[in-house]
Amino acid sequence: MSALLEIENLRVTFPTARGPIDVVKGLSLTLGRERLGIVGESGSGKSMTGRSILRLIRAPGKVTADKLRFDGIDLLAQSERQMRSIRGARISMVMQDPKFSLNPVMTIGDQIAEALLTHQKLGRADIRGRTLAMLEAVRINDPERVLGLYPHEVSGGMGQRVMIAMMLIPEPDLLIADEPTSALDVSVQAQVLEIIDDLVKRKGMGLILISHDLDLVSAYCDRILVMRGGEVVEECVAGELRNAKHPYTRGLLASIPRLDEDREELPVLQRDEAST
Amino acid sequence: MSALKIENLDISYGDSKVTHGIGFDVAEGESFALVGESGSGKTTVLKAIAGMARSWTGSITAFGHARTPGIDRGFARQCQMVFQDPYGSLHPRKTVDATLSEPLAIHGVGDSGARVDEVMQSVGLDRRFRFRFPHQLSGGQRQRVAIARALILKPKLLLLDEPTSALDVSVQAEILNLLKRLRREQGLTYLMVTHNLPVVSFLCDRLAVMRHGRVVEVASVDQLKRGELQDPYSRELTRFSASHPKT
Repeated sequence: MSALLEIENLRVTFPTARGPIDVVKGLSLTLGRERLGIVGESGSGKSMTGRSILRLIRAPGKVTADKLRFDGIDLLAQSERQMRSIRGARISMVMQDPKFSLNPVMTIGDQIAEALLTHQKLGRADIRGRTLAMLEAVRINDPERVLGLYPHEVSGGMGQRVMIAMMLIPEPDLLIADEPTSALDVSVQAQVLEIIDDLVKRKGMGLILISHDLDLVSAYCDRILVMRGGEVVEECVAGELRNAKHPYTRGLLASIPRLDEDREELPVLQRDEAST
Repeated sequence: MSALKIENLDISYGDSKVTHGIGFDVAEGESFALVGESGSGKTTVLKAIAGMARSWTGSITAFGHARTPGIDRGFARQCQMVFQDPYGSLHPRKTVDATLSEPLAIHGVGDSGARVDEVMQSVGLDRRFRFRFPHQLSGGQRQRVAIARALILKPKLLLLDEPTSALDVSVQAEILNLLKRLRREQGLTYLMVTHNLPVVSFLCDRLAVMRHGRVVEVASVDQLKRGELQDPYSRELTRFSASHPKT
């Protein structure tokens, strides 16, 4: 299997009053056309990892790596202009909250069409046809009506599906989903993830699913990286997460309440002074 | 005497009616959960009890005292609310001390220095955080401040609106433990809104399942743990929470 994405020794640094801080400390990974989950608490550097792949980290943040290659392209050597042709078309990203990520003054139809038009020249009828087909693919029942709606007129779950439609319409090779469902209800969560899963499988995309929810990641990924403080502490096959060895992973697993909970108190992680 | 009695509650926002004939009873010292998906009206019920949704009909009675839709200070001293998102619910330009002293000033309670100290200790916040601003605190610490603000008037009933859904699992465990301990130590009654059923299993005694503005089922947590909820919608919710359906 040829690697879709290769990362070696990725470092993301931010300057602070007390000197530079590494938020990602030498992360390496290789991704084929598979589903990789990255889990960790806030501040573990998981979102920063996702963003640095798309070179979305702005100054004063700095990204360095020995190797950051996507499908043979050295991402760090690309100009901003070249990056723009990669973003969306070849690698795209689903963000956490549709409320803040969709343009409030554009109709849903226009936004999805924009994602497509940025990368391809197509006639008006083609665009409308593809947009409608994409909305159907994310299981929106009456796409004709939804096309003309503004983001505030749809529910959170539908907004997130619109965003997925927008991200998938240029048919990227790699999809990065950063907490795609944490703003949604449990019942809608499952639906949205199934849509992503289905499209990823059907189109043979690579998927990086970033989340703090261990159960969710283990259900929808093939492989899992557990991050803490900018480093990968454990890597395992998704099905084996229950047998994780690292004390941090075990601690995280134990702190989740169960449906048949009978513990009087939940175990908590011991944390160092800096993170309390 | 029940801590909270809701009867035939219809709440509306403008012309649209959000809940239809809500009714339930929470015993003193009990922890009661309202579960359901977004838009089912569960948060609206809390808002009406707290006095933030003013247009309702029906009756809300806490500890034998019926509240009116207007401002009701006596009611507020008995009943306080903790909000979902500690990043949004604390004033960004007020220190922890100012945030915690404000309810005391509003209700004309003296001795605020000692009360703030005491409440910070009870929620497990170190003294050195007293004069910090929210942006200098982590999410878990902010939620502790929000809980302290609700507790400082020594209420008997706490309304909890998804108190841990904005937090990481490990921090969620800390806050859940804290809520459990506070309830035991201070004999509090909880009414909690959540869509996380495992949290209900951990913290609550009974639950009401809401859908489209109606209560479809009231059950005990033991029934939830054994998977014995009756209503088809409640069963569906339980199924989603038991495990993420593997595809």
